Amino acid sequence: MADVTLTPDVALEETPHDFAPEEGAHAHTSTGLSNNKLAMWLFLGSECLLFGGLISTYMLYRGRTQQGPRPETVYDIPFTSVSSFVLLMSSLTMVLAVSAAHRGDVRRTRLWLTTTALLGATFVGGQVYEFTAFYREGLGFTTNLFGSSFYTLTGFHGAHVTIGIIMLMSLVWITLRGSISGNRAEVVEIVGLYWHFVDIVWIVIFTLVYLIPS
Amino acid sequence: MSTVEHPPAVEHPPAVDAASPTEPVEPEVDFDSAHEAEHPRDVLYIKVAAALFVLTGLEVFTSYAHWLGGAFLPILLILMAVKFVLVVLFFMHLKFDAKIFGRLFWAGFFLAVAVYCTALATFHFFAS
Repeated sequence: MADVTLTPDVALEETPHDFAPEEGAHAHTSTGLSNNKLAMWLFLGSECLLFGGLISTYMLYRGRTQQGPRPETVYDIPFTSVSSFVLLMSSLTMVLAVSAAHRGDVRRTRLWLTTTALLGATFVGGQVYEFTAFYREGLGFTTNLFGSSFYTLTGFHGAHVTIGIIMLMSLVWITLRGSISGNRAEVVEIVGLYWHFVDIVWIVIFTLVYLIPS
Repeated sequence: MSTVEHPPAVEHPPAVDAASPTEPVEPEVDFDSAHEAEHPRDVLYIKVAAALFVLTGLEVFTSYAHWLGGAFLPILLILMAVKFVLVVLFFMHLKFDAKIFGRLFWAGFFLAVAVYCTALATFHFFAS
């Protein structure tokens, strides 16, 4: 695989910085802004409605459990707190990747993207462990309303994190091949927006689902 | 027709476009320029991450502090909101980016909050 470096033949082909945003990159849009970025923000706005529905459903159903384990009997707050910390730190590494991309530092961009993906994978691994532990304690998907709404909510979030990891690793792979074209920093930034959104959703889930008792 | 002549000794510096003073430079849509905003330094991001770490610790501490009584819920919600806003403003660059991005996101967010609070209210969730 060809490694992308800031050699003049590559870096100076479009801009002085390999990842630097081009001043006139969005001149062809009617707003003067990136359509891709605009679309991502619109998508994230709509995602608020999706997760809002899942969170409110969970809030409604978790206290109406007649049988099976209840939230306070299965939750492991210290463990989930560590998972939350891992995801928060992945947001830091993601924003450092975006920052490095804007500086044109390809190596650091790749490093931070990989670190972010690893932290995300750690979070998903923790979620799998948590699901397994809950199942062993008798909380299946159809055991009660709490189980159904909990697994649906956190499962959807975990799926989003997994998709984010795939996007991050794809980005790393693409940069290794050196085949990213156009506004390169913006590609990293858009993936970063998605990743941070996954993080803020977890900030809400962590408080409303785990810390506030039913 | 204008017959004003510029003296030959007075010339615009090369960096200034001679036609620009007579043409509108502002975009028709009133967006803040995303390109003019500089990305904050990595130190700022690390400070924000440290703040998030501390706030998360406070949240966990608060969840065990049952002696807080009625203040328990508002404190947790405020801490959650502060963390949420910190990530959105700094990590997602809404503080530095074009306002239209923030409007799109906050529109979806507040619509979701309004819709689902209403839905929960119809089930007497807040009464219980």
